[in-house]
Amino acid sequence: MLILAFRRFLSMALIMVIVSFTLFAIFESDKLAVAGKVLGPYSSTEQRELWLENNGYNEPFLERYVTWVGNALTGDFGYSIQYKSPVSEVLWPRLANTAILAGLYMAFMIPLSLTLGVIAGMKEGSLQDRVVSVGSVLTTSVPEFASATFFSAIFVFWLGWLPGTSAMTSGFSWAEIFLPVFVLVVYGFGYTARMTRASMAEVMTSHYIRTAVLKGIPYRRVIMRHALRNALIAPFTVIILQLNWLLSGVIVVEVFFAYKGFGKLLLDGALFGDIYVIEACTLVAVFVAVFSQFISDIGYTLLNPRIRFT
Amino acid sequence: MTAEIQSNDTSPSALSKMVKSIGLLRESPIAIFGLSLILFWVILAILAPVLPLYDPNAPLEPFKFPMSEARDGGLYWLGTDHKGRDILSRVIFGAQQVLIWATTATVVAYIVGMLMGVIAGYLGGWYDEVISFISNVLLSFPVIVLYIIIITYLGATGFNIVLAVTFASAPGIMRIVRGLVLDLRTRDYIFAAQTRGESSMYIMLVELLPNARGPLIVDACLRLGYTTITIAMLGYLGLGLPPPDPDWGKMIAETQPLGSFAGHMAVVPAAAISSLVLGFNLLADGLREISMKD
Repeated sequence: MLILAFRRFLSMALIMVIVSFTLFAIFESDKLAVAGKVLGPYSSTEQRELWLENNGYNEPFLERYVTWVGNALTGDFGYSIQYKSPVSEVLWPRLANTAILAGLYMAFMIPLSLTLGVIAGMKEGSLQDRVVSVGSVLTTSVPEFASATFFSAIFVFWLGWLPGTSAMTSGFSWAEIFLPVFVLVVYGFGYTARMTRASMAEVMTSHYIRTAVLKGIPYRRVIMRHALRNALIAPFTVIILQLNWLLSGVIVVEVFFAYKGFGKLLLDGALFGDIYVIEACTLVAVFVAVFSQFISDIGYTLLNPRIRFT
Repeated sequence: MTAEIQSNDTSPSALSKMVKSIGLLRESPIAIFGLSLILFWVILAILAPVLPLYDPNAPLEPFKFPMSEARDGGLYWLGTDHKGRDILSRVIFGAQQVLIWATTATVVAYIVGMLMGVIAGYLGGWYDEVISFISNVLLSFPVIVLYIIIITYLGATGFNIVLAVTFASAPGIMRIVRGLVLDLRTRDYIFAAQTRGESSMYIMLVELLPNARGPLIVDACLRLGYTTITIAMLGYLGLGLPPPDPDWGKMIAETQPLGSFAGHMAVVPAAAISSLVLGFNLLADGLREISMKD
């Protein structure tokens, strides 16, 4: 286990170095344009050069990179050109907002998809199975920006029950967070539900379930005590790994509902060319991705007694 | 993708096999429904230039609701948008864009991914180590960040979108193909080919890949759907193809703030994307069901 953790940590560090270096290098070729965005379209090349000089962007490339890495290790991610404040001041509140969004998504998605998946997988080919299977294909076919359009058309513009934006200008509001979470759950639950269904269906055909049923144990008890434990191993890893692609959904939803989160920060930073914001956001995203893979590996070994690292 | 693989052998038996496999579709109503949804959009996209449509970029009359009459006596079937452009025409011409780029991107990603997978799986050794390492690095990277970075820095052109999709999907395809090849390489016909003295290239392209096609076709369908979502999503986030050509994602982004008084403007392209993706997903589902039966 320790070796696994060490290897994962090493590959994460390697990826982060490669990625952050590449981003720095790309920015290097593009920095005059960024200066132009700060100073406005009518600024002259001399003014832009001067701005780069004054803000330390003309120091030797490698030197700047090494300084940045050193600072980043101590939690100082540099200065945002767009927000005119240290990156860490912008980053952490945004990250907290996204954590709320993702946390609520998980809190609703996990019970929903596991329940539906188990119900469908209990009897393969039954009516309940067909309904869940077709329903989950249907919902995973509607991307977030499309379902957000449909749901706002219904709940915001037609019925007028919910606000159309979630900027949270007057503090946290349940009404404002409802639609973003709802949209994410509707798109996201299908995948996990299908995984759970497949896993459950496989378990239900195994010998020990047949034995348990033939022994005369009540069906309910067979499901609860014998089937569930093994059927939920695969969905667990899927749920953790979802964190990686949840980010795309989160960005779309945050843009659609003007929610001030991490995804929107990343997108705006990239569109503006705000190098330190992009660097910080990318590192956070890579960290979450690699870390979630690690958690899923560990969880898998803990849940499944047949696998042990020696 | 099917055509890609099967074009290797054009003998009549291959042709009749293809006809037979299309006939197999009849076993699954889901697959047929999915295929009809896809064909619906493909046919509209092909016929777009000859259909009696308004110019998709011409400003006519803004904010017309669906089924309202045009100044020149025509009909705006699906209404017009905030710039007065005919939505029906924009959706159909947008289908052209989405289908062309989603297919190109998926095919390119598949060619790269399959080559990587078959090399890693068949040749093994250092090839496998290097290819698997690169794939793992790319796979542990959040896809959306990859898209945003590639497209904001290289520019939003069709080529760069294809490039970004390839970077994001090829590692996953490589993994699937590698797994399939690791299984297939122990079969007798591979040993036979090796004994005949066939080159590794021949074995990989002619013996291994065509025999791995079953699961790959299903995966390709799913990926087509996913790439469609990706391209529309990039358009929505402002990273899509450059204007003024209609793009489903961008149509939603542009008209979404005006939803309070003319909701149809964003709902129509959203429904278009969803139906096309649903088509790909249902077809994949049906094909998987059929392949499990035998």
